[in-house]
Amino acid sequence: MSTVLETTEQLADKHPIAPYLRMDRMPHIWCPTCGIGTVVRCYAKALEESGVDLDKAAIVSGIGCTGRVAGYMKLDAFHTTHGRAIPFATGLKLGRPELLVTVFSGDGDLSGIGGNHLIHTARRNMDMLVVLVNNFIYGMTGGQNAPTTPLTAKSSTMPFGNFERPFNLPHLAASCGATYVARWTSLHIRRMTKSFKEAIQRKGFRFVEVIAPCSTLYARLNKLGTGFDLMRFYHDNAEIRHGADTREVDIGYQDKIVCGKFVDEERPTFLEAMNEHYTKILGDRYVPMSPEGGWIHE
Amino acid sequence: MKTDPAGVLTGAHYLDGDYACGEGAMAAGCRFVAGYPITPSTEVVERIARRFPMMGGTFIQMEDELASMAAVVGASWTGTKSMTVTSGPGFSLMMENIGLAAMMETPCVVVNVQRGGPSTGLPTMVGQADMMQARWGSHGDYEPIALCPQSPQEAFDLTIDAFNLSEKYRVPVMFMMDECVGHMTEKVVIPEADTIEVVPRRLTSAKPGSYLPYATNGGDVPEFARAGDGHRFHTTGLTHDERGYPDMSADCQETCVRRLLDKVKGHVDDIVRFDEEDTDGADVVLVTYGITARVARMGMDLARKRGVKVGVIRLIVVWPFPEKRIRELARQIKAFVVPEINYGQMVLEVERCAAGNAAAVPVSHGGGGVHDPQVICDAIVRAAK
Amino acid sequence: MKYWRKPLDFDQVKIPQGEVSIIAERCKGCGFCVEYCPKDVLMMSEDFNKKGYHPPKVVKSGECVNCNLCEMICPDYAIFSSELADDAANAAALPGERAEVSAS
Repeated sequence: MSTVLETTEQLADKHPIAPYLRMDRMPHIWCPTCGIGTVVRCYAKALEESGVDLDKAAIVSGIGCTGRVAGYMKLDAFHTTHGRAIPFATGLKLGRPELLVTVFSGDGDLSGIGGNHLIHTARRNMDMLVVLVNNFIYGMTGGQNAPTTPLTAKSSTMPFGNFERPFNLPHLAASCGATYVARWTSLHIRRMTKSFKEAIQRKGFRFVEVIAPCSTLYARLNKLGTGFDLMRFYHDNAEIRHGADTREVDIGYQDKIVCGKFVDEERPTFLEAMNEHYTKILGDRYVPMSPEGGWIHE
Repeated sequence: MKTDPAGVLTGAHYLDGDYACGEGAMAAGCRFVAGYPITPSTEVVERIARRFPMMGGTFIQMEDELASMAAVVGASWTGTKSMTVTSGPGFSLMMENIGLAAMMETPCVVVNVQRGGPSTGLPTMVGQADMMQARWGSHGDYEPIALCPQSPQEAFDLTIDAFNLSEKYRVPVMFMMDECVGHMTEKVVIPEADTIEVVPRRLTSAKPGSYLPYATNGGDVPEFARAGDGHRFHTTGLTHDERGYPDMSADCQETCVRRLLDKVKGHVDDIVRFDEEDTDGADVVLVTYGITARVARMGMDLARKRGVKVGVIRLIVVWPFPEKRIRELARQIKAFVVPEINYGQMVLEVERCAAGNAAAVPVSHGGGGVHDPQVICDAIVRAAK
Repeated sequence: MKYWRKPLDFDQVKIPQGEVSIIAERCKGCGFCVEYCPKDVLMMSEDFNKKGYHPPKVVKSGECVNCNLCEMICPDYAIFSSELADDAANAAALPGERAEVSAS
């Protein structure tokens, strides 16, 4: 058996994700068996395969474990305030329309404090891809109940089990007007990568929810083992139903997880609708912002 | 550089303060505005919504003020001059992302057309009770700049200055109008575009790959890079180092935050601006701003008829506060009289700077109207004794 | 490889041969790669890396088909596979393993 010996750095640089990662910030802060790293790997692969101009790709995160994604990706990256990644991304997109904006954040950040922004930006069909990593809990702050925590699951603020009905996120996004809605688990690496690639090449408000294990908080507080045990659970309990009615994809506690691509439509984006409308009403007087943005220079 | 003529409505107009402020933003080169309706500021964005489509600008009414401010900070990172407009209740909501703008060093302008408060207060009536909030509203240590116009003409002129200061120092600038100036209609002269100097966004000359977002080479203000230019930079609201990467250490906090403060504190002489009149030999000096400055003039004249030697300092840039001049004057006069449409805010600064050398006398009006000049006159006369 | 029935183009399809590279110092011992490798090429080793985790090791040399599953599923970017070049595959007969020296 032949063996080639290299240092950690040399070998790390050969990892296919290396061009998309800030190598000077490795290793990342995520726990062993956390699923976020896997989602990032699939996203990076999708970016590569889609052939988009990476200089024009921007990534925006909020606060939380998934919120740290922006800090690790080698794109124009913004680590913003809690819940405000989506409106920040709106500003980026409207200030420079040629940007390809992705929001990468967690369930608490995007559907809790950021809930209002999620629904309105979906309603407007603002052109951006939102990757919501759902670990059913507020991880970074120590395991508090989240808007997605399943009924009866324990958390640090619901120590006797959750009695609040959680969100059905694909249903929420679809009913607000998202044009691409899908859900995967972090186990579905191939399908997730393909879905990301598809979503990257679409326009409009695209929403992909990825169920990922949280070992240190969700699994531990509910005595479900580690993230590894959760992955085994996804293996046995994830059902792929493309085109399922999003009303029926709720997630119960340790219950089946319906995955797949639920919505894939085309509708005019906010900017397309705006340009078409103003052109119709104002004719020659209308001066749209150029795709390079509103930066004025000599 | 000279401003983009597309936004300049040259001519003599009859405009209210809100419209004049909107015109000032467009003249300054602002091309992104995100806002949320709130009386008495809505007219600013209504004007902008009507004119932006003709000059390559984008206006969006967001779902709330939190989103508005976040969108403004995001758009500013594309190199586009961005602004939002609000009043007291919205100002409170925007504080979170004003802090983000301060930490990320994002140039932007926040217009607050003040009304009576606290909370819902007096939506359609004047107040000046957000002055301290402009300085201390967001948590943590940061140094914003705040300006205060006293007329629609100044609402136009000073909005351009607000953008320029914001670009020069990479800080969020608070534009503190009040409902009176905002809803008062007067002659506003908008000059030719080639006479309007604006500070452009200062982009880095570093090659992609070698740009450090917060390196200043010994200076104060780092160079900017637009999202989409290939620099692949990272920026965060966490305490960060020169690379824009989070660094959770006391040393980094000291380096990072102290520079944020020093970049304004170290240039107070360049930033501070006020109108000073008749302070030589005066016994009493008025310190005023906004609509109250105009009312106080009449109070001053009445007091002079009663033989009091009174001068005035009208604050144009309210934050940073003109500490130096107030400290100097305090040694020469008997008292400062500070009429405000609030229960005493800027008077606290005056008192602090006077350091006991002169009295600092508040003349408070809770809001909903302007002072009776006679009340100001009486306060001046009493202070002179 | 077990087949349901022999594919009709069996003699035209070349099964790829892969080489596994393990960045042991990055590994956090989660076990995903070991569990989900379709060819059962990996097992957790008894070694420790600097942080005290057990990284995986290749136990079935020659079985790796370069499917990249380990690379995609590893949350810590500590493992990847690459295509073994034709002549190297022929010459070595068995694909090798890239191992890592410790940084000290």
